[in-house]
Amino acid sequence: MAPATEPDRRQLIVAVAGNPNSGKTTLFNALTGAHAKIGNYPGITVESRTAEAELPRAGRVTLVDVPGTYSLTARSPDEEVAINSLLGRKGLPRPDAVLVVLDAVALERSLFLLMQVMEFGLPVIAVVNMIDAARGEGIDLHFDALRKEFGIPVVGTVARRRQGLELLRETLDDVLTGARPVPSPDWLWEPCAELSADLDAFDAAIREEVRFSLPTPSARRAFALWLLMSVTPHSELEVRPRLREIALATRTRLEAAGRDLAREAVAARYAKIDLLAPRLITRNPPRSHQTERIDAVLTHPLWGTAVFVTIMGLIFQTLFSWSEPFMGLIENGVGGLAGALRGLLPAGFLRDLLVDGVIAGVGGVLVFLPQILFLFLFISILEGTGYLARAAFLIDRLMRRLGLHGQAFVPMLSGYACAIPAIMATRTIDNRRDRFLTIMAVPLISCSARLPVYTLVIALTFPSAQKIGFLSTGTLVLLGIYVLSSLLALLAVGLLGRTVFKGRLRPLLLELPAYRMPDPKTVLMVVWERSRAFLTTAGTVILVMTVLLWVLLTYPKPGAELPVGADTAAVQSEQLRHSYAGRIGGALEPVIEPLGFDWKIGIGLIGAFAAREVFVGTMGVVYGVGGEGDPADDTLREAMLRDRRPDGRSVWTPLTGVSLIVFFMIAMQCMSTLAVTRRETASWGWTLFMLSYLTVAAYLASLIVYQGGRALGFA
Amino acid sequence: MTLDRVQAGSAAELLDIDPCNGLRTRLMEMGLTPGTQLSVVRHAPLGDPIEIKVRGYRLSIRKQEAALIRCRPL
Ligand SMILES: Nc1nc2c(ncn2[C@@H]2O[C@H](COP(=O)(O)OP(=O)(O)OP(=O)(O)O)[C@@H](O)[C@H]2O)c(=O)[nH]1
Ligand SMILES: [Mg+2]
Repeated sequence: MAPATEPDRRQLIVAVAGNPNSGKTTLFNALTGAHAKIGNYPGITVESRTAEAELPRAGRVTLVDVPGTYSLTARSPDEEVAINSLLGRKGLPRPDAVLVVLDAVALERSLFLLMQVMEFGLPVIAVVNMIDAARGEGIDLHFDALRKEFGIPVVGTVARRRQGLELLRETLDDVLTGARPVPSPDWLWEPCAELSADLDAFDAAIREEVRFSLPTPSARRAFALWLLMSVTPHSELEVRPRLREIALATRTRLEAAGRDLAREAVAARYAKIDLLAPRLITRNPPRSHQTERIDAVLTHPLWGTAVFVTIMGLIFQTLFSWSEPFMGLIENGVGGLAGALRGLLPAGFLRDLLVDGVIAGVGGVLVFLPQILFLFLFISILEGTGYLARAAFLIDRLMRRLGLHGQAFVPMLSGYACAIPAIMATRTIDNRRDRFLTIMAVPLISCSARLPVYTLVIALTFPSAQKIGFLSTGTLVLLGIYVLSSLLALLAVGLLGRTVFKGRLRPLLLELPAYRMPDPKTVLMVVWERSRAFLTTAGTVILVMTVLLWVLLTYPKPGAELPVGADTAAVQSEQLRHSYAGRIGGALEPVIEPLGFDWKIGIGLIGAFAAREVFVGTMGVVYGVGGEGDPADDTLREAMLRDRRPDGRSVWTPLTGVSLIVFFMIAMQCMSTLAVTRRETASWGWTLFMLSYLTVAAYLASLIVYQGGRALGFA
Repeated sequence: MTLDRVQAGSAAELLDIDPCNGLRTRLMEMGLTPGTQLSVVRHAPLGDPIEIKVRGYRLSIRKQEAALIRCRPL
């Protein structure tokens, strides 16, 4: 079958589809080499990756790594991406050939997807992957029978050892160039008479509404069946309203007539597979019991729990403290660069913008890179071994109590280090509701960037000399902060899960893959991709915002009556009072006054919006003790403690401190988190929702604390 | 008998799945069709979810959903 050629298309497109964990990405990487590039299609939350491969005759072709699915029936966004990539819907190009990767160990389940793809009439090559693992399980596959029964080219591969790839490339080349006539794939099963009639009628009813080409009558029927199965009253599937309406009406009518679509369409395909199976597969006793043996330990009530706690502790420790030296290195590097530039450039606007705006801003983001690298190194290794699925299996019961999926555990844990990698890690959650719910709650977990703020405020308002037992008050307060913020995150999950993300907790249907050695190349690629995504998206947004913030904090410069040039603290603070930010801080005062904050804290809050730890530096500037505020710095502390309100009361009372801490615990004050949220949810709506619900909650909580505290007689 | 009641280590034949929010279709698409043989490998340490083996692969499923799967002990 000749590939469809459009005048503006030079490159042929090959989609790589298959069940989750069948080795698609491994195959994709092996076929395309190191030239993988990430394609970010608009409006899609789950990335489809594309990369190029070079074939002898067909030349350069584009491979598309389609999200793994068990079925083409679309109920979740990644399934929708899968069907869109295969059919060329929603502006995606229609593939010229499809490689359906079959998991040799779970062949029947893979054949179900293969049958669905074939029904659409796309040129298909079946790639039976993991034949090494199948051998270990005692499974013999009969390729000739597979070719004959399915009528398509079939290639056996061991993708991770690059076996069978030559034959696959040749076959793909043949199919794409038309050198080998491939019979058009077709339906392998016959729907029952009623379903058949329904599909024809349904197809006739929707024909006017379908806006993309379906080449054959079989393909049209396949689309009709797909639509009928995919559109349910609750589905979030993007289809034209008219199509949806007709599909729902048809569905309702069939159900009212007592028809059973799942049996007629799904079980019927499996019936065909079961009929063919004896000819395709011979099962002998397994040769390897590796996975069973490992699972006996790792899911053991005692040993399994111990391993789980150890691994999670290790992740936490790495993110929280072992990445510190690397972060310090980056900080020093950025500082060095800033210093060098300051020396090189003449004083003035350009130098200020580059050094204080660009370098400081980008540097502030770069600092998180080690945490991102480490987290994704861990995640991809754990994912590669198959342990991550077991971790979800072990913890699901507890997480479900809290209204979350077992898969939400690792992202939530990572949130204590930094919300950015945590939100990126929610990609391991396979349903949208739980994923978005987790994303919305993650910023409530106290990340490490809040630590300097807590430290400063605690040092200010709770004298360390006071001790309760052998612990200082400060330590206890900090401990309390962490406990409280964890509870708040869970409270948010509970509340949002019952309101905004209403609906039942999605079922957990998690495949527990066989244990394997992680593939180093895949691991590195995941780490590289995530880091890149982080740097590009968060980097660009934060760059713009910090430059903006810098402008607000720097301009307008005070008039000539002030001693210019002398870089003294007094000048800096005077300048700040003068700046737009200073004015905004002043304008903000009436609003934040009820929380116990004055205009100086207002400026700090504006600064903290770029990143929370900026608060400390800004306080340093505001109180005129030099740019680099250090929480341990006595001068800053003393300067702050001397500060009085107009009525003579001290600004930094314990009550103000508590109110400020509560505000920082809750408020969404991190540009990068917002940028990443926007990227991961692909929605400004959800991003704004996160910003507003957290801001409102923070304001109310601080208000209650401060006013309640005053009513109770605290200063 | 429903799947959540099947003891760890025993096998069963699937009879049917009670409809529930599209879950029935989803499970069938994953190969849990009437007549399929499956075995319960283990229960998670906290009692839930359970791990089953079906059509050559391992699947974890919560008891709540397993209770929708009617089966016959083998
Ligand atoms: N034994 C064996 N393992 C393989 C083979 N091909 C891939 N793997 C491993 O199978 C696991 C899954 O591979 P991936 O390439 O990530 O699978 P995928 O289909 O892209 O998975 P999703 O992206 O989750 O849908 C990895 O641990 C691979 O190293 C193979 O031929 N034999
Ligand atoms: Mg993949």
